Amino acid sequence: MKNFKIDHRTKNGLEVLDLYGELDAHTASQLEDSLKRLINNQKCNIIVNFSELDYIASAGLGVFMAYIEDVRGIGGDIKLTNMNDKVYNVFDLLGFPTLYDILENESEAVEKFLNEN
Amino acid sequence: MDKATTYQKRVNASTQNLSAIRNFVSEHAKEQGFSAQKVADIQLAVDEAYTNIIKHAYNNDSDQIVIINLEFDDEKMVVTLTDHGIGFDVEKYKKPSLQKQIERKRRGGMGVYLMRKLMDEVTYHAKNRKNVLRMCKNKN
Repeated sequence: MKNFKIDHRTKNGLEVLDLYGELDAHTASQLEDSLKRLINNQKCNIIVNFSELDYIASAGLGVFMAYIEDVRGIGGDIKLTNMNDKVYNVFDLLGFPTLYDILENESEAVEKFLNEN
Repeated sequence: MDKATTYQKRVNASTQNLSAIRNFVSEHAKEQGFSAQKVADIQLAVDEAYTNIIKHAYNNDSDQIVIINLEFDDEKMVVTLTDHGIGFDVEKYKKPSLQKQIERKRRGGMGVYLMRKLMDEVTYHAKNRKNVLRMCKNKN
């Protein structure tokens, strides 16, 4: 799919997913596959970097809703970083900031993970 | 009657078309002088509405058709989405609890809430297997 892409890398022993483009009901399955792969490999300290994500619809947020319990259940978390205002606004409208760590940048997420573990 | 400008698009009910529909809607809203924030709101509301039709009205049958109509006058934009699938009563809808959805590992159920939050007016009419969702956004 041309308008969405995910890269996976590691940083300080944490898994980082970089999202690019537009995340909607068509592209959400790619994010789902990436998250499932990490969880199946017991890699549960996950940072999702939104700096290159231009757009998100509720289908994209749904993926984070569906997997957060699994990840927390095995002692990890999914922390979300670097959102632009437009994308943050959608998370905010749906009440995510009280239930998820949404942070300014990756370093804050790394620090939070280090303090928690 | 004041002058109105209208645009129409007939598309198959497939998520493949989401990006093209967002572009169609935002292009015209921009052209008509809506602010960037309002264009973003309209774009997302239409995305959610169209996604709901694909999933709930048509059960992912991409042979089915959705008609999207945009109508602009000096004060507002009216978007209508028409389908001939299974009706969905927007009026009965309640705001989902994110906490509960997460506990049940459920996704979805957020689309109608967003549409209502993002648009100034949302109405729905279902008659003889023709469903018309009408969403209105004021320019100022």
